[in-house]
Amino acid sequence: MNGLWAILLKEFAHIRREPSTLFFAFVVPVLQMTIFGYAIDTKIEHVSTVVLDLDGREESRRLIEALNNTRTYRVDALVSDDAAFERAIRSGRAKVGVRIPPDFSEQLLRSQRATVQVLIDGSNSNIATTALSTSHLLGLNLSLRRARLFAETAQLAVARDPAGAFALPIEMRPRLLYNPDLISARFFVPALVGIILQLVTLFLTSFAIVRERELGTLEQLFVTPVGRGGLLLGKLVPYAVLGFLESLIILLVMVFVFGVPIRGSIVTLLVMILLFLVTALGLGLLVSTVARTQLQAIQFAFIVMLPSILLSGFMFPRESMPLPIYLLTYAIPATHFLEILRGVILRGASIAELLPHILALAVCCVVILALSLLRFRKQLD
Amino acid sequence: MTAAPATIETREISRRFGALLAVDSVTLSVPRGAIFGFLGPNGSGKSTLIRMLCGVLRPTSGSGRVLGCDVARDSEAVKRRIGYMSQKFSLYGDLSVLENLEFYGRIYGLSRQRLAQRRAELLALVSMSDRLAQLGATLSGGWKQRLALACALIHEPEVLFLDEPTAGIDPVARRDLWDLLFELASRGVTMFVTTHYMDEAERCTHVGYIYASRLIAFGRPDELKRNPDVTPAGTVRHEIGCREPAKALRTLRGDARVRDATLFGETLHVLSDRAMDAAEIGRVLGGAGGEASVREISPSLEDVFVTLSRAEARRRRL
Repeated sequence: MNGLWAILLKEFAHIRREPSTLFFAFVVPVLQMTIFGYAIDTKIEHVSTVVLDLDGREESRRLIEALNNTRTYRVDALVSDDAAFERAIRSGRAKVGVRIPPDFSEQLLRSQRATVQVLIDGSNSNIATTALSTSHLLGLNLSLRRARLFAETAQLAVARDPAGAFALPIEMRPRLLYNPDLISARFFVPALVGIILQLVTLFLTSFAIVRERELGTLEQLFVTPVGRGGLLLGKLVPYAVLGFLESLIILLVMVFVFGVPIRGSIVTLLVMILLFLVTALGLGLLVSTVARTQLQAIQFAFIVMLPSILLSGFMFPRESMPLPIYLLTYAIPATHFLEILRGVILRGASIAELLPHILALAVCCVVILALSLLRFRKQLD
Repeated sequence: MTAAPATIETREISRRFGALLAVDSVTLSVPRGAIFGFLGPNGSGKSTLIRMLCGVLRPTSGSGRVLGCDVARDSEAVKRRIGYMSQKFSLYGDLSVLENLEFYGRIYGLSRQRLAQRRAELLALVSMSDRLAQLGATLSGGWKQRLALACALIHEPEVLFLDEPTAGIDPVARRDLWDLLFELASRGVTMFVTTHYMDEAERCTHVGYIYASRLIAFGRPDELKRNPDVTPAGTVRHEIGCREPAKALRTLRGDARVRDATLFGETLHVLSDRAMDAAEIGRVLGGAGGEASVREISPSLEDVFVTLSRAEARRRRL
């Protein structure tokens, strides 16, 4: 731990002389948080829809209204010929095309089956799946409504509710916990806190040692009695302080801009953030000891960052990944941190309930720090 | 312990980088308080040897001791007692003069009072007391070297390693820096300095010349000048001044009695059989290089190094 204090003071002096560090640590995360927080919305709504209404009467107008009411579709254009209909879909202006046949009203009146053609652009599977299931549901709902009308007039009921009114035979009654309005910000924003935290700290420390290597100051440090631990810790602590302040700021953005309340203990949350910060900074130091140049450091940092975004469960649910990759996700510190973040913030989970993830994160932290200490030699070769 | 142990001592020390043998079996011994000038062409292994002696590069074979500590096994103990100034400016450009100095003071674990005292002494030594707040990056070459020297001295090292401290700085700054080094040597600090300047080498108490990874000359300058390999028995060295030295050089090299002829700026240094005296040289030239003035000289260090490295090149067919 020789020279820890000297390195600490020096690193703070570097930060003071380089205000861009503060900009990257405090301003950029808030911007990222705000932009990504608003942009990432997995709930699919307002899919632009074109309708070719060949019927044009009361029944078809009701169908168009029903389409809009689903909120999944948004009828942007009503066209009157096939050519315009096809053009709207092919040009990508409309993701969904609904074709109402000319005899739609007659068929309904005659109690015959009316067929409405729904064309869905399948290129984006998320949008397509939602549009597809919504179309099934809409057809089912409209049919049931007609069937109930029919049953009421015939006084034939499949099932009745306690008041004796006509009802569906089976009723599923789901209840959504923690995020009843299915606001995707609730799910993404806490995880975004973790990702942004890792992004900033990883990149800040990735350069910590490589930069001195390139400047030649590392060689000068090597001929002094400075200890490896003192050198590495002295590099890590200032950025941990910076990162901690940064996380307070983005938590404020999360609570007050995105209205995501913290249900669990704030102390638990802050302690976990500190643990993750040290892990992420250690990862940066590790990159810094592996890379020989700053360019390499950037490349290594990206290699570390990508799985943290794609495999940590931030973007895609880990449960649907193939088994080998699913197992791999447990080795990513961000995986555990995101579980902890969502647990504490959304579900109010306690330390005991999150223990497996907390232990795993602690193990990652120790392993990463030990690795960087082992890799770091006060030798030039 | 033997009487007066050498401060820097290496025994057959070698360092290999893959296929390249950067330092080949170097044995030398520098006593306390000496100014050892270490010379040699670029890439001949000077910096590699310094790095091994500073404990930041492990020798592949052989051993080195600095202040009695083995540089491979006990490198951290060595580091506490030596100062090192590397070839390029390796202080922090975004820290001020004072901050750089204090940083190194803290690294060496100086107490607050000791640091304040050393700071005042060193700033006076390098005359930088009026530049405390200036950022390292904005200093000119000579001032950068002075600051680097001050930082390397903050912990009062007993040995100072300087890797080309005067490369790329102006002549006045160069002279000033050397005056500083003599001042330090007089206080008992042992100095290990690499340089390309012969005038600097002439001022050292000991010099060594490394050529293609091997130390081919080592000793006090006057000893080296008396070296029989440099001026073999029965030979004599002359300096010849003439208008067209290049032409004269060709003529002399054609003469069987001439052992070696080298161009030194406007003059020629010629090593020949003793039978070939000044008058004979004038006759051989016969006006080939214009009117010639010939005088007998003793070899300069440059003669020593040139002669020895040519002999070494011939022997190893480099």
